[in-house]
Amino acid sequence: MRVKNVWHVISLLVLFALVLSACGTKPTTPPEEPPAATEAPAATEAPAATEAPAATEAPTEAPVEEVGGFQIPEIEEGKFNVAFVLIGPHDDGGWSQAHYEGLVYVQENVPNVHTAYIENVPEGADSEQIFRSLSRKGFDLIFGTSFGYMDPMEIVASEFPDTTYIHISGYKSNTTNFGNLFGAMESMKYLAGMLAGARAKADGNPKLGYMATFPIPEEIRLGNAIALGMKKTCPECTMDVRWINTWHDPIIEKEAAASLFDAGAQVVFTGADTPAVADVAQEKGKWGVTYDWSGSCKVERCLTAPYWNWGPVYAGIAQGLIDGTYTPGWDYFDADTGGLGLFGFMEGEEPTTGVQDLPPEVIEEVRSLLAQMLAGEFTRFDVFSGPITDNKGNVIVPEGEKFSQPDLDQFPPGAPGLECTYCMYWWADGITAELPSLSQ
Amino acid sequence: MDPIIILQAGVASGTVLLFATIGELFAERSGVLNLGVEGMMLVGAMSAFSVAVSTGNPWVGLLVAMLAAGLFSQIHAFITITLQADQVVSGLSLTFLGTGVSLVLGEGLSKAGTISLMPAFSIPLLSQIPLLGPVFFTNQSVLVYIGYLLTPLAWYYINHTRPGMHLRAIGEYPAAADALGINIYRLRYFYVFVGGVMAGLAGATISLAIAPGWFSEMTTAGQGWIAVGLVIFAQWDPIRAAFGSYTFGALRRLILDIQGPTMLLGMRNPFYYNPYWGFFLQMLPYAFTIIVLVIGSREAIRKRLGSPAALGTPYIRGERGL
Repeated sequence: MRVKNVWHVISLLVLFALVLSACGTKPTTPPEEPPAATEAPAATEAPAATEAPAATEAPTEAPVEEVGGFQIPEIEEGKFNVAFVLIGPHDDGGWSQAHYEGLVYVQENVPNVHTAYIENVPEGADSEQIFRSLSRKGFDLIFGTSFGYMDPMEIVASEFPDTTYIHISGYKSNTTNFGNLFGAMESMKYLAGMLAGARAKADGNPKLGYMATFPIPEEIRLGNAIALGMKKTCPECTMDVRWINTWHDPIIEKEAAASLFDAGAQVVFTGADTPAVADVAQEKGKWGVTYDWSGSCKVERCLTAPYWNWGPVYAGIAQGLIDGTYTPGWDYFDADTGGLGLFGFMEGEEPTTGVQDLPPEVIEEVRSLLAQMLAGEFTRFDVFSGPITDNKGNVIVPEGEKFSQPDLDQFPPGAPGLECTYCMYWWADGITAELPSLSQ
Repeated sequence: MDPIIILQAGVASGTVLLFATIGELFAERSGVLNLGVEGMMLVGAMSAFSVAVSTGNPWVGLLVAMLAAGLFSQIHAFITITLQADQVVSGLSLTFLGTGVSLVLGEGLSKAGTISLMPAFSIPLLSQIPLLGPVFFTNQSVLVYIGYLLTPLAWYYINHTRPGMHLRAIGEYPAAADALGINIYRLRYFYVFVGGVMAGLAGATISLAIAPGWFSEMTTAGQGWIAVGLVIFAQWDPIRAAFGSYTFGALRRLILDIQGPTMLLGMRNPFYYNPYWGFFLQMLPYAFTIIVLVIGSREAIRKRLGSPAALGTPYIRGERGL
């Protein structure tokens, strides 16, 4: 029986080794990097290897720190080090890919900068460890690109005053080294809503669908922007909502899209990360509007895509921090920064086939509004300007009044000192959905 | 909200659970608990999609997926049957290993583009039956129909054939089966292989038919674990397993469709007025799995549910009664 016990130990050890080698995430450094840095240590260590007996195991790479199954990238001394923490894979075809392209842009356009990223980082406590580890490594600037990184980043920012943290999509900032950043995607969703409304009307089926992720101000704001645009081109249109409780789950996104199409929707919007809506639209012979990334609108049944163009925004922040001109705070950019786009309507893009046969006056109106947005003459506050009524007939904003920033991104009553007047806790006219009472 | 559409979609996505559950059921009936279902499914989903992309033929992808997951399961067989190590530890490791292997080999596969899917069609005549026709026989993937055939076949095999009797014997009382000249080790290897093949089929069903594509570990999203729980819920019976699988499949779609109508059964629909109720529903399959696994871990309860007596115990010839 001795033999059997030995086998036990060996088999467990083998398994353990296999599991350990299988777990980690790949070390992640963008390919644009000059390769010199990684090769240098191997060259200098070559003579040492002859003295050491374990020559076969001479390290070819620096040991990589691992936290909770994630490998923490290294910094490069003497450079301005920027790290990106991504919620999904960098090639998800949507949200995270748009941020990844922003990273590539920073690497190529900001002098003397080193960029790295970690992908698939869950929100909450796990991410706190990741942010702390990156800070310990000595990164100068860390971007967290998902709503749920907000509180972990706030905590870590208080521990590392020399690192700057920029959180995308949330609402908190400490105005010293933890800043908030987001853009007026509602403007692009508004235009896409106009196109979708016109499309549904032209197809004789005045019904839209909106796949929403979580009941947070951002998702309600974007849904309302779609509905406001929809009503401009198709007053009889309505819009269904499905909550999916995730930012990134390609299969649930497909199921939710199918659910909306089967319930009668002609054009379905997504608030989540992948182009699943367009794929399902293709199967059903309907239309999908993808989101986030300029490359997401590829299939024939994709109508358009409101997308992010993070590169110039990120490069501006990195350069501003290097020069000492950027102060973290609440940074909310409009279309005139170049950070936003509407697929098929930006420079060098052709309208999709689904847009081409829409009434020319609709296309003309979208083009002229977009031109005003890019010129800074039409902003997010103009999208949310009165009169706006909700889907129960209540007047949200009277004629002549506009939303202010606290109204756009908060539930009532808003944060202390930043109280909102109109707030973002209502569904616009035409949306067939409800929100639970906040007092519940 | 149309119940027919919900059930139709439920049968389609429930087929994934059905294959994985029946596979695990075979392994457990032979006395080997394999908690590596999730890992084997991922290996299957990844290799099916990868091969379908490179060959352009989903059937080849399906076959390779079944073979790959079947071979992969033999790691567990070797460790638990030959080396007689703990089945729980080895099975868990198999899940980790399978997840890791499929993520590494599947790197970049999510961008590989579209593939031709497994064919979907309606069955003439049968699709005309009211209610049942549209749910079970209209515009379903060929894999869904295979699921219908497989369930009664598995039941018949286990309960009414000679090899099925041997299968039950080695799971209930291997020492007695051994005395009758049944080769316990060889049969257990075989049924662990069957479990792997079926898990591979389940994974391929996702990536080639139900939700085509490769989405890293989100392709299965814990469905392998639900299958492990379903085996206990089904009391190791294929017919009950089919019932449970289709129910859970329908629940996935119900969670979404139930948000549509304002009224439900003559009352204010809480899922329309409050999204959090939908999130609660979404949690239920996983909560169910945890509860069933906790209950199933009590030996007395497991016995009462009809668990194979030798489940989880390595067979050591001439050493133990079981």
